[in-house]
Amino acid sequence: MIPSAFEYHRPGDLASALGILSAYGDEARVIAGGHSLIPMMKLRMASVGHLVDLQSVAELRGITVAEREVTIGAMVTQAELISHDGLAKAVPILREAALQIADPQVRYVGTVGGNVANGDPGNDMPGLMQCLDARFTLVGPGGPREVPARAFYHGLYATERAEDEILTRIAIPVHAGGHAYEKQKRKIGDYATAAAAVLLTKSGGKVASASVAMTNLSDVPVWSEAAAAALVGRDCGAEAVADAVAAMLADIDPQADNRGPIAFKKHVAGVILGRAIARAWSRA
Amino acid sequence: MNDLTPSREERIANLKGLGSSRKRVEDVRFTQGKGNYVDDIKMAGMLFGDFVRSPYAHARVVSINADAARALPGVVAVLTAADLAPLNLHWMPTLAGDKQMVLADGKVLFQGQEVAFVVATDRYIAADAIELVEVEYEELPVVVDPFAALAPDAPVLREDLNGILSGAHGPRRHHNHIFLWETGDKAATEEALGAAEVVAEEVVYYHRTHPCPLETCGCVASMDKVNGKLTVWGTFQAPHVVRTVASLLSGIEEHNIRVVSPDIGGGFGNKVGVYPGYVCAIVASIVTGKPVKWVEDRMDNLMATAFARDYWMKGRISATKEGRITALHCHVTADHGAFDACADPTKFPAGFFHICTGSYDIPVAYVGVDGVYTNKAPGGVAYRCSFRVTEAAYFIERMIEVLAIELGMDAAELRRINFIRKDQFPYQSALGWEYDSGDYHTAWDKALAAVDYKGLRAEQAQRLAEFRAGRTRKLLGIGLTHFTEIVGAGPVKNCDILGMGMFDSCEIRIHPTGSAIARLGTISQGQGHATTFAQIIASEIGLSADSITVEEGDTDTAPYGLGTYGSRSTPVAGAATALCGRKIRAKAQMIAAWLLEVHEGDLEWDVDRFQVKGAPERFKTMKDIAYAAYNQAIPGIEPGLEAVSYYDPPNMTYPFGAYIAVMEIDVDTGEHAVRQFYALDDCGTRINPMVIEGQVHGGATEGYAIAMGQEIAYDEIGNVKTGTLMDFFLPTAWETPHYTTDHTETPSPHHPIGAKGVGESPNVGSVPAFSNAVHDAFRPFGLRQSHMPHDHWRIWKIARDLGLHG
Repeated sequence: MIPSAFEYHRPGDLASALGILSAYGDEARVIAGGHSLIPMMKLRMASVGHLVDLQSVAELRGITVAEREVTIGAMVTQAELISHDGLAKAVPILREAALQIADPQVRYVGTVGGNVANGDPGNDMPGLMQCLDARFTLVGPGGPREVPARAFYHGLYATERAEDEILTRIAIPVHAGGHAYEKQKRKIGDYATAAAAVLLTKSGGKVASASVAMTNLSDVPVWSEAAAAALVGRDCGAEAVADAVAAMLADIDPQADNRGPIAFKKHVAGVILGRAIARAWSRA
Repeated sequence: MNDLTPSREERIANLKGLGSSRKRVEDVRFTQGKGNYVDDIKMAGMLFGDFVRSPYAHARVVSINADAARALPGVVAVLTAADLAPLNLHWMPTLAGDKQMVLADGKVLFQGQEVAFVVATDRYIAADAIELVEVEYEELPVVVDPFAALAPDAPVLREDLNGILSGAHGPRRHHNHIFLWETGDKAATEEALGAAEVVAEEVVYYHRTHPCPLETCGCVASMDKVNGKLTVWGTFQAPHVVRTVASLLSGIEEHNIRVVSPDIGGGFGNKVGVYPGYVCAIVASIVTGKPVKWVEDRMDNLMATAFARDYWMKGRISATKEGRITALHCHVTADHGAFDACADPTKFPAGFFHICTGSYDIPVAYVGVDGVYTNKAPGGVAYRCSFRVTEAAYFIERMIEVLAIELGMDAAELRRINFIRKDQFPYQSALGWEYDSGDYHTAWDKALAAVDYKGLRAEQAQRLAEFRAGRTRKLLGIGLTHFTEIVGAGPVKNCDILGMGMFDSCEIRIHPTGSAIARLGTISQGQGHATTFAQIIASEIGLSADSITVEEGDTDTAPYGLGTYGSRSTPVAGAATALCGRKIRAKAQMIAAWLLEVHEGDLEWDVDRFQVKGAPERFKTMKDIAYAAYNQAIPGIEPGLEAVSYYDPPNMTYPFGAYIAVMEIDVDTGEHAVRQFYALDDCGTRINPMVIEGQVHGGATEGYAIAMGQEIAYDEIGNVKTGTLMDFFLPTAWETPHYTTDHTETPSPHHPIGAKGVGESPNVGSVPAFSNAVHDAFRPFGLRQSHMPHDHWRIWKIARDLGLHG
């Protein structure tokens, strides 16, 4: 459980961090909270020649809440996310989800940017960001570009981010209506057996709009347009929920692991989504 | 006498003796980070050793090339079996009469097996060097299923045993067979089963798990080549045994070996065995002349050092139509892994599994245990239980439930009508044990009343009706257990480890000013010995527990003892402690008689003093006597006040308890919530109620983990699937249930203070309580048996198989 040797860099600003990445190419990796990368290094499943610690890059911090959109710096910790009242008012599902990530000690160090950028299907934030239609700002040698969360994830640990880019900022539209983040896990600190993020708006007793995303049920987060479509225009009763679950099940691709076999995960995914829809609807 | 003279009650309270909930003296340092564990030991020039481990579960080792590793700056040595062979240390004896490879000798037999030992100037270099050791393996067919291991054409695992048809425990009938151990009356049991009105039959599997102490195993070995002395600090639950074994293996005279167990961060049986790391660290220190540290990481610990359980128990239990049990038959297929390294008293290869008649008066019984080799890690230790007692308790408590289903009876009532009655003690069990004392009916009635058992059953019936009406998806399960343990090994006449009789010891030295130091042959790993043993002494000799230091674990200073495991510290060393205190008191009485100028027989002991009978104002306190013992010339009496006692118990002790778990089960997700957990323990005389409560909380939490998720799982090619704490379930505060503790007090008739031991009861009792709660929830739907651990997907599978998902 000891990583192989690496060089440690702690740049003070984004330009320096990008410079180090450019200089060392694929030998360099940025580290935010480190909860994913450090265990991988200790297991020697990841070998990093140059570790670029972003702790001292002030540009990556801060939460801004505007009328229609919030922006969150990549180095904002889960704990900061949870304790920010303005954020909790504007995008309440963030706090609800973050409280279900690991434990307080981890949340004091773990960052939102690291959670979304690592491309680990077990992380909670990627699915949530897809549900929220968030946008990620990536900054590379050629300057910044913005990528929708829904287009960011390509596969296991494979994302739209190039090796010489840093994910700096997340923009999230303020949502209306009801929300729910529902997660089943084996114990505190575990990844989800299944988790569902749901946003709903209501109009005339019917679902006016919906967004549904699932976590740890495929090698990427699953934003299920079909599941959302099954709800829109309906009363969110048992039949509509069953249709949404059926649509969601067609979109996920869970694998068997110690949490259980595929049939179990699909069943739990359905139950969890049903509960998330019910809670979101009750708040809509 | 005046108002300032303490009353007798105050004097008793001041002692903080038996029955006092004094705070644990150890916790001052533990809670401030001032403990001193093996990995805290740092010595000048100390080297660090670490293992190259096998990635395969079964493979031939074709070659090992350590040239690149040796060339790495900072690497001092790389040891392989070839280096140890000339010393005859490439294999070592196990506690179970088998032998185990120290380093791979031609082949590897389990994933994580030690292949080479890298010694470097620090642990970081050692970790780098491990990657540079090139080992060429040739994979062999893997056997992880003990039943498949006994197939005629199964791969031969232990080639070293080719042609050896008899092992330490009798004949081997197959190349992967270790022993068949039998006890009881097989013919009479079969006859009773054949004639019975009702027979219940079930296979009960107690899965493989691991003690997983927070501190992993490790040691620092230091060979001083100038004075010829070897010192080994280590996480040893039995330091004296380690010293003797080290002497026998190395040829170093025993007086030249000092073994020290410093603070230990939990043992739970994991730190009883002798591991290759100890041998390699010692050899490396002898070779290099420098101290060598070896400390496992978490994955090493879970993969390679001793597992627990892994018993397939096939049972048959018979009864009359009214529910009176007539016979019990059990056959166990015991998966011992690649080497038989079980930590049991020598004559008991299945430990005390034959306590499996439990709390019940069963007239005839039979147990047969087949030990089997597989491509899994060796071990088979008593994980917070006396040897295989948890397996036994789980087996009988499951069989009782299955029998209750067969009879259509309430399981609480079935237990009640079969309990051994109070007037039957001492009770001879059908499998050869003499239960010392018990009052099961009283405990059971108290427990059922405490949880309002009838009310719970009514609520459960109501819930079931709501479930069937589609108004809820949660079932209620009520898990009952009445367990009887057998602890305190043990009488030397039938209990030994590697030939060393399982007595224990205490030495007490009173200082002139009336404080004391006591040393014991046991070693605390968190049990609080320094707190509780001082209380035994306080009550015996009348000095405050606060004035008594208890020291354990240094073989140069402590009297010889067999260590701490199997809840033996209080039953054996605790008895030695009380008797040692009485020796002190006997001498003190002679001194007091001289000081008071009376005959010894004219004195009586009163709390903290000897007083003249009929004239209590004439007295000498133990403090007075201690000073006189050192500073007055007393005719015919040696100066000083100290004693040592070695205690060979006449029998084991038999703690028991009644545990009840109430659980909510979500049939759709397989999740559960423990709504209530009630634990009534009867451990005889209670030394420190607060320490007992803490022990019960800890043991029940381990039991909860085991029942509800904790396992060492292998895939079909022998890869460990649960090698980290992500997958190996160790409950956090969040998952841990709330416990209600209670007690009855039935002293052991043969123990000097009537104590029985308690540390392991909660693990033994809680596992069947939690498991029975899960089973009980599904009983109305026809569930008889579903193997642990009851994690989410397995509970979900029960519901699915019973058709509860629609």
